Amino acid sequence: MITFDSVTKRYPDGTVAVDHLSLEAPTGEITVFVGPSGCGKTTSLRMINRMIDASEGRILLDGEPVQNIDPPTLRRGIGYVIQQAGLFPHRKIVDNVATVPYLLGWDRKKARARAMELLERVGLDPAFAGRYPFQLSGGQQQRVGVARALAADPPVLLMDEPFSAVDPIVRTSLQDELLRLQSELNKTIVFVTHDIDEAIKLGDRVAVLRVGGKLAQLADPKTLLSEPADDFVREFLGHDRGIRRLQFVSTEGLRLRTDLTVTEDAGDSGDGAAEPWLLVVTGDGRPVGWRSGARPAGLEPYGTYVHGRDSMRAALDAALLSPSGCAVAVDGDGKVVGVATREALDAALAEAADG
Amino acid sequence: MGDGPPSIWEWIGRNWDTGRVDSISNLLTDHLTMSLVPIVLALVLALPLGLACVRWRWLYQPTSGFMNVVYALPSLPVFMLLISVTGLSQTTVIIPLTFYGMAVLIPAVVDGLNSVPDHVRQSAVAMGFTPLRRLLQVELPIAVPVVLAGMRVVAVSSISLVSVGALIGQGGLGGLFTRAYQNPFMPPVIVGIVLIVALALVADGLLVLAQRLLTPWVRARKGTAS
Ligand SMILES: Nc1ncnc2c1ncn2[C@@H]1O[C@H](COP(=O)(O)OP(=O)(O)OP(=O)(O)O)[C@@H](O)[C@H]1O
Ligand SMILES: [Mg+2]
Repeated sequence: MITFDSVTKRYPDGTVAVDHLSLEAPTGEITVFVGPSGCGKTTSLRMINRMIDASEGRILLDGEPVQNIDPPTLRRGIGYVIQQAGLFPHRKIVDNVATVPYLLGWDRKKARARAMELLERVGLDPAFAGRYPFQLSGGQQQRVGVARALAADPPVLLMDEPFSAVDPIVRTSLQDELLRLQSELNKTIVFVTHDIDEAIKLGDRVAVLRVGGKLAQLADPKTLLSEPADDFVREFLGHDRGIRRLQFVSTEGLRLRTDLTVTEDAGDSGDGAAEPWLLVVTGDGRPVGWRSGARPAGLEPYGTYVHGRDSMRAALDAALLSPSGCAVAVDGDGKVVGVATREALDAALAEAADG
Repeated sequence: MGDGPPSIWEWIGRNWDTGRVDSISNLLTDHLTMSLVPIVLALVLALPLGLACVRWRWLYQPTSGFMNVVYALPSLPVFMLLISVTGLSQTTVIIPLTFYGMAVLIPAVVDGLNSVPDHVRQSAVAMGFTPLRRLLQVELPIAVPVVLAGMRVVAVSSISLVSVGALIGQGGLGGLFTRAYQNPFMPPVIVGIVLIVALALVADGLLVLAQRLLTPWVRARKGTAS
């Protein structure tokens, strides 16, 4: 656990970057620091590994003040990932990843074996091991950065806007990868971002900071969205706060209808002919398209969500993708398990708004 | 046997290794000593000075200003001045050449170290490098291409400048040019020029080779860019 105990950072020029910050980043969880530019996120993060020393207050690592630990020793036990990855241009990827093990005095063979293992873990082809950093794309470099931070298996990981320099698609895959890794590794992670969506997606707890380095709110994402502490937080969360809150509402309770599907080869089966929309599925249960009672010739597009796993937001999104206004519920293998009609979605939304 | 002047090959054959101080092979050895020693000395001195200039930024302006003045001094009067201290020895040539080399290499070391991207330095700190280790394993290796580029300039200019020392009797192959004053006989001049250019080319080639061996990551970058 990382504890900020009334930590203040005043730079020599008088700027107060962090102002009496007190919070805890629990062991095995992702704590996200989010806030507008200049609110002291980077400063707070760097005080943990003593790249910056606090002016007042204490930071404790599992109860031990970081001030008592000599910086190089402290830092070798804390992984660090930054926006530009910060890879060493003169070292091959494998040696970049093995940096901290080398510093810890592991023998070369063991360090490299460990590095290879990590490259695989973060989803990189082992063929990259012998390349130099400039030969990799930004997203790949960022994966190497994560692998390097994890190489010596540190219990703590500090990440400063690690994914903000890559395009949205790569960013999403890196975020998913991080969540997957975290589910296996259970590190204590402090993650800095200015992107509230990223904060909500990744954080077990989110600390919203305001300019001047004051903590505005510390809460889990769901609470943050439903009960913002003040106008600053509300504004920072943005206008579609209500929609985003649906991310945390399960689709398990959504009532599905199973009588609205027809198999494509079965032709015009009589049952449900009275319905304005019927979902055509393949013989093995995969969706093909919506057939409109008004225009039986063509098929209309459909949207799917994984029932029970995806959130209400995904279900609503799926419904909006189709002129039928219904969402197609599928299982993990992509087979249709039912249809969520407007009425069902409506009922679930009403429930979400109450709770 | 004809009485005409000897051909250049005859002349080389006769003067290559006479055992006298002014045999071509001796001059060549002297020339090598007087150019290589300053190159090495300049590097050895420029490294700590350049490091100091990066560590204490205020040092850089006065240091580079002083080195530029030294660089601007014509070599002949400098030789004359030094003769009173070091006599007509090789040292009198080596000292100013070392200073010329430093005038190029100190900025090269400073530029090289400044070429280390800030995020690379920061991540080295964050990973727990001690300052010394960071310098040796991260900053200096990344500075190598810039420093080596400076070395190439220094090597070629040293090799060519040594010949000026001939004016005080210590010019290595430059000695072959002074003879031409006394006697308009071309072979020594041609041999001198060819050997000096050849030395410069060999030195430069060796440095390029060193660059390839020491910094494969730079060569690879060029490889993919083209
Ligand atoms: N070395 C420094 N000297 C003086 N002021 C500084 C220094 N570093 C940062 N600051 C100031 O401290 C405040 C917080 O900076 P910090 O880098 O922690 O912000 P941040 O939240 O990480 O911002 P961003 O999202 O832009 O990265 C800013 O006002 C910044 O100008
Ligand atoms: Mg920052």
